[in-house]
Amino acid sequence: MKVLVAVKRTIDANVKVRVKADGTGVETANVKMAMNPFCEIAIEEAVRLREANIASEVIAVSAGPQAVQETLRSALAIGADRAIHVVTDVALQPLAIAKLLRAIAAKEQPKLIILGKQAIDDDNNQTGQMLAALLDWPQATFASKLKIEGDDAEVTREVDGGLETIAIKLPAIVTTDLRLNEPRYASLPNIMKAKKKTIDTLKPEDLGVDVTPRLNVLKVEEPARRKGGVKVADVAELVSKLRSEAKVIG
Amino acid sequence: MSALVIAEHDNKSLKRATLHAVTAAKALGGEVDLLVAGAGAQGVAAQAAKVAGVRKVLHADDPAYGHGLAENMAPLAVGLAGGYTHLLATATTFGKNLMPRIAALLDVAQISEISQIISPDTFVRPTYAGNAMATVQSLDAKRVITVRATAFEPAAADGGNATIEAASGAGDKGLSRFVKAELANTGRPELTSARIIVSGGRGMQSGENFKLIEAIADRLGAGVGASRAAVDAGFVPNDYQVGQTGKVVAPDLYVAVGISGAIQHLAGMKDSKVIVAINKDAEAPIFQVADYGLVADLFKALPELAAELDKQGLSKNKPSS
Ligand SMILES: Cc1cc2nc3c(=O)[nH]c(=O)nc-3n(C[C@H](O)[C@H](O)[C@H](O)COP(=O)(O)OP(=O)(O)OC[C@H]3O[C@@H](n4cnc5c(N)ncnc54)[C@H](O)[C@@H]3O)c2cc1C
Ligand SMILES: Nc1ncnc2c1ncn2[C@@H]1O[C@H](COP(=O)(O)O)[C@@H](O)[C@H]1O
Repeated sequence: MKVLVAVKRTIDANVKVRVKADGTGVETANVKMAMNPFCEIAIEEAVRLREANIASEVIAVSAGPQAVQETLRSALAIGADRAIHVVTDVALQPLAIAKLLRAIAAKEQPKLIILGKQAIDDDNNQTGQMLAALLDWPQATFASKLKIEGDDAEVTREVDGGLETIAIKLPAIVTTDLRLNEPRYASLPNIMKAKKKTIDTLKPEDLGVDVTPRLNVLKVEEPARRKGGVKVADVAELVSKLRSEAKVIG
Repeated sequence: MSALVIAEHDNKSLKRATLHAVTAAKALGGEVDLLVAGAGAQGVAAQAAKVAGVRKVLHADDPAYGHGLAENMAPLAVGLAGGYTHLLATATTFGKNLMPRIAALLDVAQISEISQIISPDTFVRPTYAGNAMATVQSLDAKRVITVRATAFEPAAADGGNATIEAASGAGDKGLSRFVKAELANTGRPELTSARIIVSGGRGMQSGENFKLIEAIADRLGAGVGASRAAVDAGFVPNDYQVGQTGKVVAPDLYVAVGISGAIQHLAGMKDSKVIVAINKDAEAPIFQVADYGLVADLFKALPELAAELDKQGLSKNKPSS
């Protein structure tokens, strides 16, 4: 079976983001970019499925400007077999991405599509669920364990109260949580090999998808800053401050 | 203008989380109805009818809705959505799983984790782990929204007198099946509603050492949380994780022990009223957000803290251990 993996290029998780002075967004010039960490986990899971002879081919997909090809190369270096780049400079929102992925799924006929649970830039946590709705497929979100046997999958999900296990029929959508796996580092030979793999390019129009945003971003601002506090000398001072100054215990 | 709030429950009782979404729904200015979809959840529907400010409870009873599976719940909500301008749920794992599926079926955007309502079509939501607050305006006719619980007070659970109406949908789509739940029951307050939280990080070194955290938490009647590093290392289960990709909390008092204060962790707790940090590294970033910082070895400080609370008569219940 084919496995499709959606990957997003985001600001690196270790970068301290800064809001632009004109309030139109965050500073991205000369900022380190990387594959969204949840998407790395998604690629890793797909490659493991191929290594276990459950998947026959792993296809990485990303939508965005020219630069997302870097992210697709990283996916190919982890072990994806080929990639598809939907080229657009429009700021894509989850519903538009889900529609692009639906159109690609119609062409490629994957049995499984793996996405990250959340992109760490917009913190939306929507795309996988939306894609599942559009395809009328089951959705196993926030997965920390995935077991596939034939056309059946059993997925353990990280939920607020603990863990939940559901059984789903393939084809299906899975979105990754942090504990699903620990992504490997791409080896140098694999990085070299990735350079020779194919990246097909398409435009949203080729897929018949209208990617016009449904939400207007009116402005982006810094959050209110917390005032720095004080250091206390010892536990006794801490307790006395919490009791008589902050009045949160007692 | 009217709003439908999707209730979260376990067929026995209404989750407190839902009350936050009710408050947000009321702030939109129109009528507020609640959808209780479950299996044998009459008791929940009755509870929902008592929530202050709710006009009507729609109660759908079908085994297919018993475990809140999004594949079955979403078409039900879409079938009932006709009369409403807004559909809301709190941004718990339940709400995050369900609401985007509803939005896509309606062919509208979903607006995640709003923290402020500017007008019925304009909202503020945190992005980049809360480091950039975006004001967004919806261009769709219907707005499907998840609500950040810490930004909206819970509605009063009593005082309402809503009517209960039966509702129905297509039932089981046959796409997914609930197998089992492994839910922690520690007897401690849930993180999202705890008044005090004591959290441990990688500095705890082991799950066994979390007993030191629990000893403080139990004395204060507090919930226990953790950093991602502590969860990844297997010290504590996943539901303890506070942060950008875990739970967002805002208790009166948050005590971070052996936690460095990475942006992803701060994203989940920086709106707490009072923050205490205990860390042996005076340069740890957690001190930049802490109201009270104690530079100390936690293995010395935590037992001292337990003893001091006892000494000052501040311990609610003194654990035997
Ligand atoms: C995609 C993504 C999502 C993430 N989501 C989250 C999230 O939701 N929540 C989250 O918490 N993190 C999250 N993280 C991880 C985050 O970046 C940090 O790695 C993590 O928060 C670090 O945990 P920590 O502070 O416990 O560990 P460390 O950073 O290792 O800090 C340990 C601290 O303990 C102190 N210490 C050690 N020994 C002692 C002692 N004896 N006494 C006192 N102090 C001591 C040290 O000085 C240090 O400051 C995420 C990361 C990524 C990439
Ligand atoms: N531009 C994109 N191209 C490809 N996949 C994407 C894109 N944006 C989001 N995704 C996928 O959707 C997941 C969840 O993103 P989001 O719903 O935006 O939080 C990501 O982890 C990716 O797997």
